[in-house]
Amino acid sequence: MFYEFFIAPFSEFEFMRRALVGACALAIAGAPLGVFLLLRRMSLTGDAMAHAILPGAALGYLVAGLSLPAMTIGGLVAGLSVALLAGLVARVTALREDASLAGFYLMSLALGVTIVSLRGSSVDLLHVLFGNVLALEDNGLTLIASVASLTLVALAIFYRALALETLDPSFVSSVSRAGGYAQALFMGLIVLNLVAGFHALGTLLAVGLMILPAASARLWTADITRMTIIAIVVGLVSSWFGLLISFSHNLPPGPVIILMAGMFHIVSMLFGRAGGWLRRIHRRIHLEA
Amino acid sequence: MTTALRFHNLTLGYDRHPAVHHLDGEIAQGALLAVCGPNGGGKSTLLKGIMGVLPPIGGAVERITCPTNRIAYLPQAHEIDRTFPVNVFDMVAMGNFRATGWFGGLIKQDREKTFDAIASVGLTGFEDRHIGTLSGGQMQRILFARVLLQDAPVILLDEPFNGIDQRTTSELLALVKRWSDEKRTVIAVLHDLDVVRRTFPQTLLLARETIAWGDTDAVLKPENLLSARRMVEAFDREAHECDRVA
Repeated sequence: MFYEFFIAPFSEFEFMRRALVGACALAIAGAPLGVFLLLRRMSLTGDAMAHAILPGAALGYLVAGLSLPAMTIGGLVAGLSVALLAGLVARVTALREDASLAGFYLMSLALGVTIVSLRGSSVDLLHVLFGNVLALEDNGLTLIASVASLTLVALAIFYRALALETLDPSFVSSVSRAGGYAQALFMGLIVLNLVAGFHALGTLLAVGLMILPAASARLWTADITRMTIIAIVVGLVSSWFGLLISFSHNLPPGPVIILMAGMFHIVSMLFGRAGGWLRRIHRRIHLEA
Repeated sequence: MTTALRFHNLTLGYDRHPAVHHLDGEIAQGALLAVCGPNGGGKSTLLKGIMGVLPPIGGAVERITCPTNRIAYLPQAHEIDRTFPVNVFDMVAMGNFRATGWFGGLIKQDREKTFDAIASVGLTGFEDRHIGTLSGGQMQRILFARVLLQDAPVILLDEPFNGIDQRTTSELLALVKRWSDEKRTVIAVLHDLDVVRRTFPQTLLLARETIAWGDTDAVLKPENLLSARRMVEAFDREAHECDRVA
């Protein structure tokens, strides 16, 4: 029974195995990025960046059809330019960075949808918006795995810089001039992961494997290492179960994976030991000292 | 006596509006200098200028005893994200930055020094506590411990005793005096004039421009305090370009 439902679909079908590997790689790299997005209060920034990638990917699609390299390069260029532009606009105009990001991502989304519809069918549009993890080919898997590995190595090396820059930026600027680079590197990694993720989950949902596991983990612990580990586990289990449910009920896999992560999030909001709703109620009974 | 810092016609500001205007003077090594003045008078801006975080619009800061990255800085309490998941030990251990840099680990000696620093602000036993659970006074002790660990020749304190009770303040002031005895230069932005009169022999009264600078008792006279208040209220959105020469 266990084997039939939980293992068999993967041992029987190659496309399921590929999908699992791709989704797991995305989950492992996305979780620590999500933890930092959360700690830096940039959860919505991740979402905005995901939208910003769309017109680039769409342009790649317009030029070369559903080609992985063209759409990847387009998405990278668009994502990085919006990240830079939003920072620039925040510096040279009265708009704050969140407002300028919101402006850019709305324009990007509208532009992206327009470009895709110039050439393709609505099926293609759906593919760009929501991805197809079941159709990952070798080059797509290689891209995801390389980006995930690069992300983990870069985070391991620059962990202290990122953590200190989030916790106490004025201390960082008093001891070193390198703090600003940490922020730039971090945004670069976000864009890379979103671009790698959109072939599997689509531009809009790719950010889901970053934010939802991290936000769930925050409700179970306040320790950054444990948060990262819990987030990775939530991401992995969501990918696994999501693929199984989509397989057995013939549902689109990307949204189901994110829905699974969403379910974990709801459970965490209710029962989380570090700030969940039930804990808050329990806390009303105070201690003696 | 050696000079630690020298200001040459220094102007610092934002958007071309000066927050510190044409400051001249020098601070001796081992000096214990209070910087006082009304809100918006440029006190925190001056500290940022000394650190080199804010480049001058005009003039220069000359750092004679040490480079910018050897200046220890104690930020205002609100600049730190207290919800960030970090414990007391790690927070204080940041003061080892000069030894560890971005990538190095703590050796045994660094760990011992960190425990000593925590002990000298009276918080032994708090090492594993999350910084979000500390009181305002305990957090301030932590920041002092971090400065202690930085072992810097120049120390800048930005409103270190805001909202801190008297006992904690006097214990931390003892640390400040010790730093000065060790020939470190201490510059503190302060609002409590009683604390200034009791502990700081030198005061700079700053309201964008220098109102007075010298012995504390002479500087903190009522007429000086009054003119400081008038000065800062004269902010002019349509200000003309300043043509004053050094």
